[in-house]
Amino acid sequence: MKVIVCVKQVPDTSGVVAVKADGTMDRSSMATITNPDDMNAVEAALQLKEKTGCEVIVVSMGPPPAEGMLREILARGADRAVLVSAREFGGSDTYATSQILAAAIKKIGVGPEDIVFCGRQAIDGDTAQVGPQIAEKLGMPQVTYVADIKVEGKDLVVKRMLEDGFMMLKVQTPCLLTCIKELNEPRYMSVGGIFECYSKPLDVFNYEALKDDPLVDLDTIGLKGSPTNVYKSFSPPLKGASVMLEGADKATCEKLVGILDGKHLI
Amino acid sequence: MDLHLSKEQEMLRKMYHDFAENEVKPLAQEVDEDERFPMETVEKMSKLGMMGIYFPKEYGGAGGDVLSYAMAVEELSKVCGTTGVIVSAHTSLCCAPIYEHGTEEQKKKYLPKLCSGEWIGAFGLTEPGAGTDAQGQQTTAVLEGDHYVLNGSKIFITNAGVANVFVIIAVTGHHLNAKGRKIKDISAFIVERDFKGFSVSKPEKKMGIRGSSTSELVMEDCIVPKENLLGKEGQGFKIAMETLDGGRIGIASQALGLAEGAIEETVKYTKERVQFGKRISQFQNTQFQLADMYAKTEAAKWLVYSAAMKKQNHEPYTVDAAMAKLVAAETASDVTRRCVQLFGGYGYTREYPVERMMRDAKITEIYEGTSEVQRIVISGHLGLK
Repeated sequence: MKVIVCVKQVPDTSGVVAVKADGTMDRSSMATITNPDDMNAVEAALQLKEKTGCEVIVVSMGPPPAEGMLREILARGADRAVLVSAREFGGSDTYATSQILAAAIKKIGVGPEDIVFCGRQAIDGDTAQVGPQIAEKLGMPQVTYVADIKVEGKDLVVKRMLEDGFMMLKVQTPCLLTCIKELNEPRYMSVGGIFECYSKPLDVFNYEALKDDPLVDLDTIGLKGSPTNVYKSFSPPLKGASVMLEGADKATCEKLVGILDGKHLI
Repeated sequence: MDLHLSKEQEMLRKMYHDFAENEVKPLAQEVDEDERFPMETVEKMSKLGMMGIYFPKEYGGAGGDVLSYAMAVEELSKVCGTTGVIVSAHTSLCCAPIYEHGTEEQKKKYLPKLCSGEWIGAFGLTEPGAGTDAQGQQTTAVLEGDHYVLNGSKIFITNAGVANVFVIIAVTGHHLNAKGRKIKDISAFIVERDFKGFSVSKPEKKMGIRGSSTSELVMEDCIVPKENLLGKEGQGFKIAMETLDGGRIGIASQALGLAEGAIEETVKYTKERVQFGKRISQFQNTQFQLADMYAKTEAAKWLVYSAAMKKQNHEPYTVDAAMAKLVAAETASDVTRRCVQLFGGYGYTREYPVERMMRDAKITEIYEGTSEVQRIVISGHLGLK
């Protein structure tokens, strides 16, 4: 049994978001992180590995620096990494990305007991489209917004979160699940894991490796082929200066009350 | 000469930093206020392999190197001096002597559980009458058949209240030197907490590292199996001094982390604090003070890293470790004091972490060899007689 986890290296949008003159994000000047929801997907895979001994393969489509991120995930316990990287893939939107990732997953091979994990959505694109698109292209059942997973024989029983409640679903493998942050607490890299990660296998799937897969429509990939493109990114303008009060003690609360009182808000 | 960290060491730095920020920092104030040993942090660190960083996998270690261990103590100490010394004392003062001087049986028996964090380690050298004058040892160990009987007490022992394994130094006999003077034979032993006759007294009330468990050990006809002699009889003092050489790298790392943490907090604070209509970070005094502190701390850092790398490469590192500890400890005390000053009145309150860092820093000038001892080592190296 194996578990394939799709991860994306994203700019850390919790910090300063740099925007270029043409309105697109200046990714090179921003720190990169692994997309948070994808870390929950990785953790789900690693927990399944602890329970079942399955193999965990982590896949990412990105430029060469994404290897560093993949090594960090190997350092957490994944067994193998695949970097899907080529000039031709750069600038792909979700439609294009999902074709390429689906082809990569097909190349890795999906068996009857296998599961594909994705994060719910990436913090840069915020579309939540790639996971469901991959599932459609691979013809596998999908459950999104997964907050809990239990193995029941050959099936999985998963909890799917909705805005005002949740659904319990039984799904057979192979399937694709997208994970939300409530699912688990992602683990840290371990010291031993870090010293092992560079000796674990990392393959690169380039343009040649995937271009002939029928799932990949060469006219619809990359910046030129993508049906959609981002033409502007911006930080919404600040409404005004804010005051940060830190702490939950009585003194801080009294300070807060004083400020609100001073502004005649209470 | 490559002054760059390896890829693995960069990854470790990131992990240690994230762990310290998310798991250790939120507890630091409470650990200090309540004098509480953060056992839950030890459990988390154990799972990540942080309790046996530079020991080989065959003994349960994480297979890392000495610098990777020093960086762990550094990053932990940036947010909590107590947590830094827990790892340092355990690793350098207990795991290390067993790893470096133990028989295969001793290593296989003790190291896996120490490295996994299942057992916590400690080291007993200091006595009421023997601090810097370590040769003033009074604890005795008398061989009686298949075991030694230990009598005496050790004070100011870090991790004492929680440790399962102690490396204890004791006098096993005497011999006459060439001039006819009586010289003590000092030996080292591996003592387990539940050996008959071994007990730990109530904790010391300290100025800083208040969450660190510091107690007296009392041995009253304490029975230690013969197999638990570490090294040979008479080698104990040498083992103790070598152990302290390694421990000094750990403490230097703790001091380094304290200085770095204090500077980080002070940079943040001075950019927010407004007086005379300006952020105090805009005043040249603030800028120059922090510039000086930052440069001194960077200098200390390279002494620490250099000592760690020499130890890793099995080169002589005693003098390097002494310099690292001397400079890092005095830097930490100076930097943390100046940081409290830059915080002003708020820095004196326990709402902000700098006063704790200042209280924590002081001990780095004292334990595991006072700054005066380090000066003896360094001047000895210069051949000054």
